Parts: sequence; C-alpha cells; structure tokens
Amino acid sequence: MTALRQSFELGLVRCRTCGIAVSRASLRIDRRCPRCQSRVEHRTPFSTEMTLAWLIAGIVLYVPANLLPVMHTSGLMGEEDSTILGGILEFWRSGDWDIALLIFTASIAVPFTKFIAIGLLIFTVRKNSGWQQHQRTVLYRIVEFIGYWSMLDVIVVALTSALMQFQVLGAAEPRAGIAFFCAVVVVTMLSALSFDPRLIWDRQT
Amino acid sequence: MSAAPPPPSAEELPAPVIRNRRWIPRLVWLVPIVAAVIGISLLIKNWQNAGPQISISFLSGEGVQVGKTLIKYRDVTVGHVSAVGLSADHKTVVVSADLSKDAASLLQADTQFWIVRPRIGVGSVSGLDTLLSGVYIGMKTGTAARRERQFVGLENPPALSHGPRGRELELHAARAGSLGIGAPVYFRQFQVGRVIDENLLPDGSTRVTVFVEAPYDNFVKPVTRFWNASGIDVKLGADGLSVQTESLAAVIAGGLAFDDGPTEAVPAAAGAPAEFTLYKNETEAMAPPDGEPQYVRMRFAQSLRGLEVGAPVEFVGVNIGSVIAVDLGYQPQDRSFPVIVTAKVYPRRMGDAYEVLTAQGKTENDETMAAFVGTMVNRGLRAQPRSQSLLTGKLYIALDFLPASPHAAFDSSIRPLELPTVNGTFQELEANVGRLIKKVNDLPLEQIAADLHTDLTDLHETLSELHGRVLPSAVDTLSALHSTLDSAGRTLDVESPLQRGLTDTLSETRSTLQAVHELADYLDRHPDALLRGRRPQKMPHSPAALSSEARP
Repeated sequence: MTALRQSFELGLVRCRTCGIAVSRASLRIDRRCPRCQSRVEHRTPFSTEMTLAWLIAGIVLYVPANLLPVMHTSGLMGEEDSTILGGILEFWRSGDWDIALLIFTASIAVPFTKFIAIGLLIFTVRKNSGWQQHQRTVLYRIVEFIGYWSMLDVIVVALTSALMQFQVLGAAEPRAGIAFFCAVVVVTMLSALSFDPRLIWDRQT
Repeated sequence: MSAAPPPPSAEELPAPVIRNRRWIPRLVWLVPIVAAVIGISLLIKNWQNAGPQISISFLSGEGVQVGKTLIKYRDVTVGHVSAVGLSADHKTVVVSADLSKDAASLLQADTQFWIVRPRIGVGSVSGLDTLLSGVYIGMKTGTAARRERQFVGLENPPALSHGPRGRELELHAARAGSLGIGAPVYFRQFQVGRVIDENLLPDGSTRVTVFVEAPYDNFVKPVTRFWNASGIDVKLGADGLSVQTESLAAVIAGGLAFDDGPTEAVPAAAGAPAEFTLYKNETEAMAPPDGEPQYVRMRFAQSLRGLEVGAPVEFVGVNIGSVIAVDLGYQPQDRSFPVIVTAKVYPRRMGDAYEVLTAQGKTENDETMAAFVGTMVNRGLRAQPRSQSLLTGKLYIALDFLPASPHAAFDSSIRPLELPTVNGTFQELEANVGRLIKKVNDLPLEQIAADLHTDLTDLHETLSELHGRVLPSAVDTLSALHSTLDSAGRTLDVESPLQRGLTDTLSETRSTLQAVHELADYLDRHPDALLRGRRPQKMPHSPAALSSEARP
C-alpha cells in the first residue's frame, strides 16, 4: 500500500459528488468541479472538527431523548408516559422479547454503535493511525448506511400517534423525548456526513 | 475532458488571495453547545419542578403500582408513586411518592391520604373510574401549620374530600343504628349533609360526626334535635294509617334527620353547640327532655313471658320509662325464682309531681327520690305487669295506685329502689281460669257416666215394659171410654126423650111459678084474700090475663 502514490502527490483532487479527478492547479482558479459544479476540496475542511461537534451534539441530545418520555398514551386503563427504555422493558417483561430486541437495536444499540464508531474514526484519524484502514472505511460505510434505521422509533411514535386517536378509549401523543431522539438521529447522520473517509488513508510519513 | 494541464510551478502563478473564513465552519460547534444548553435547561427545569418526596403507610397496597399510581388532589394529579415497599416490621405498606413542586404546600401534618377504590354502596357509588384505570391515591389537605413528609394513610376515604363550606357536628348516641359513612342527613326531607365519621367511644357509646353543608347549617340551632331516620315509620292512628320516611335511600342505607326540638327546651347556653344527642326516632327526639333516669327494680313472683327489654313502664297510663333488664332471681328462703325486672324511669316525665318535688327545694338526688317513692308506695303504688295486647301477649309494667293491695314494706335504703309488686290482672285471670279447669278436671266424670249409663238401661227396660203391657190395656181403656162418651152424647142429644121430658117439665114448672107469682101479687094487694077469698076483678089487664096472653 505504501507503494501507492496518493492523489495529492499526483496533484489531483477528486470531486466527492461526481468522482472526477481534477488537477489541483485548476482548482486554484476555480474551486468548483468542472463537471458538476460542486465544490471540490482535496480534503473536506474541518472535517474531523465538524464531525466531532455533531457527534458531541448527538451525545448531548441522546441524554434527554432517553430520559424524557417519548409517548403519552391515555385510555381506559389510565394514562402513561413511556420512555424508550421503559417501553423496551415493558415489552420484554410482557414476553414480547423479539419486539423488545428490535426496538433495543434500533434505539439503543445503533445510536451507541454510531457514537463509538464515529468517535473511533475521529480518534484514529487525529492520531494519524494506519491501523486497519480498510476495516475503518467499511465501518464508515456501515455507519452511513444504518443511520436511517434509527428513525424507526420516530416512525413508530408518529404512526401510533396518528392512528391511535379514539378519544376516551385510547389516544397516543408524542412527547418531547421523541423530538430529541429525532434530533439525535439527524445530528449523528450529519456527523457521519461531515466525516471525510479519505482522511482514513492519509498518512503523514 | 482532457487531462489536466501540467501543474504550473508555484513561482509562475500569482500568490492566491486567501480569505480567511476559517471561523465559519467552526459555527458547527454551536450545535453541541445549543444541545447542551437545552439539555441542561431541561435538567434544571426538572430539578426545579421536582417536589417533595413523601411516604405514606397503608395497611394494604392493593392495586398500587410504581410509576402508574397517581396522587390526586381534587382530581388533579399532583404526583405519582415512585416506590412501594414494606415497613421494617412488615406490618404496613410504605408507598413513596414524588409530588410536584406546587403540591408541597399541601403537605400539612394532618394531610390525609387514602387509596381510591371503587366503592358501591346503597347510598352512593364512587371511584368507578378506578375500575379500569386502577387505583389512585386521594389527598385532602389539613389545617396544621407543621409540615410533614411521613403520613399514615386512611383505610377508608373521608366522606368530605374537598372541604365544602359548612359545619361539622358531633352526635352522641347509645348506638348508631344502621348508619354508614356517607349516609345522608335530612332536614325536612331535604338532604343537607352527610355522615362523615363514626366512632365507637371507649365507654361503648357511639359518636357520629356529620357535616351539614353551608347554606343549611343555619338550621342547626341549640334546640335542634337529631334522630335516626332509618326505616319506615308506620302509624295506625285514629285518622288512619300513615307511613312516614325521609327517603327510600334512607330506608335502605340509613340516614339522619334533624329539626327544631320543643322550644321550651332551649338551654341557657346560647350559640351553636357542636355536640348533640342522637335520638332513636323522631318521637323520642321531639319528647321533652327526660333528665337523668332513675333505676328501679321489681321482683315478680310470676312468669313474665312477653315482657321484653324496652317494654314501657307506665305510671297511671303515662310512659315514664322502659324495662332495661329481665333477670331470673333466686330466693333461698322459699326456694322460689322471682323474676327481677330492672327499669329506668325518668322522674321528669312525671310532670307536675316532679316540679313539686324540685320546687320543694329538694335537689334531685337519690334520697329525695327514695322518700318520694316511699310515700307513694304507702299510698298504694305497686308495679304490675299488664298485657299490652291480647294478640301479641306482650307485657308492660304499670305503676299504679292499688290501695286495696296488701301492705308492702319499702326499704328506702336499697339501691336501686325496689318497688313492691302485685301480680298482673291478666295473669290473675289466667290463674282463675286454671283453677276452674282444675275443678272441672276433678269432677268424677267417669263415675257419673257409669251411673248415667245404668240409669239409662233401667229406663230402657221400663219403657219396653210399658210398651209391651201397659200400652195395650191403655188402648182398651180408651176404646171403652170412647163408647161411654158416645152413649153420653146420645143421651144428651136434643132429640132424646130425656131432653124432651126435661123441656116439658121446665114449661110446667114455669107455669106453676107464674101462678104462684100471680097469687103472691094478689095477696100483696089484697092481703085479706087469705081470709075472705078471692073477689072478682074489673081491671082490664090483670096479671092473670097478662100471664094467660103470654102463654103460647
């Protein structure tokens, strides 16, 4: 791998949008991609910093997302505010362990994985590490991919609130927690988006 | 596109003007900061809203669920149960609850908590919403200034949870009857309040706490009498049958009623007392005050079947008290079993006699009472069981003056006072009937029957003899008599020779008598004719001529 020459050394910059390789010299005049007119950078500026900022925002938002109730159900059997963890526990206790596992994966495991994965990526990039560069790239792609799936909870709450409106018999309303959770998902997706995976391969020898 | 032009060397290009705008991307750091601010503000808000944590102990934690069971004040949620556990001695359930901050001021030392469960009574239905939603903990603030965090929960909800305006009154009664908490209180058939508490006092009497709502509490005056309105009052009076009840609910669930009592009974202490006596019924409530009862004891040497506890004691027909005990005694002297009746009498009900007694300056104590009763006994006062009704056989005790009764000793030192007794009239009657029946029983009925039987046999024999022998001869005699009478009839017939002869004879006799009459007449006028003989008569109508003309 070390034998390969990096695009920087070749004076080339790749457009992240359309994939064209542009000579750095031409970019000095116009920073836009000659083909798709999108902005071309050798490395996304402040990538790790922004990723880190989004990541921290995500972690901060994750706390109220889990502490605050996400949904308020009321009906003949009384009223109840449910948090994500509370809901999972309830499903688990009532024997629906599969649903509990699904919600746990989507709401707890995935965001956590993302925090850890992005954190790891930032950490290794900052450390200029050459460790497991391929695996880390794969990890980044996975994080990018599973980002949407964390919206499962939001969708569940949205659907339930929309469908369960039987006045006295039963009604569900979203609560603040789900907004925070939604924000967590969006912010972590932004965090993943801000990360420039090319940094993984940059090694200053 | 063609390949990029060869990179020009740095020297041949003008130095690029680099505008330093590196701070713009750093604005992204505002995101975590804003997130943190929101999070922290939420935390602070939560912390500020976090009210006090209290613990309430209940005997049973039935239906209480952590996180789900709410604490409600006036049906508004002010907190929720955060933990349920057992007390150290495992005797009570300790429910911990987080209250909202604004509920902190509700926590006085005498704030009450109770578990609201569905309750269905005859008088009311409450807590039905908890059937589906599960129980909640109700709360009622107190008035004490001291704050408290540890409470003992009530097992039954208080009758008044939201302190409406009105007055609480305490009623004292020997027994509460069929009252329950929540039982209605009526004023002239209007429900104006409820029973909110019932207590059994250490002395065994009951204390009923009632609440009379605000506009109506003015009706409660010092003269007000309370009575138990449970049940139906059926009266058969001279004007027909009257049924009176406060309401159907009161019939089933019990209830109280109050009204102004007799006005002469206004106590000296004005104002509105908070304690009243609860009477058994309206009649008793409206009766003039009885004062302190006196206890008297009576020994009856007869069966008192039909005399019940509570039977009236009447003094010359006026109810002055009631029987409170009927016991069997034993007298070793003559080994008899007298029935000992204890009764309470209210001297005040004796009216003027009592007035006189008190007017004499004598205080109402046992001594004066005993002396009073002593004089009455000397005048012939006796206790006598009498029958209230022949149908039921119920007895009452009548105190009456029976001067004819034998003298009875009265010991005024015995307490309770012992009244001499005489046997009841009905019992006397019964005894007389018994004696009569015994006499009838003692008659030698069998002997009489045997004698009678013998006599009847003799009679039968006599009759058969009569029939066989006497009757035929009697028939003969009768026929002979008949022929005799027949011949007699013939003899006496008008056409018979005897009759004719008799008629002739009688005619002759008459002629003769006429002649004698003429003679006597002639002699009367001519007495000398006796000597001279008869002279010729020239009178046209001589008695002889007349008598000859009358001759047929």
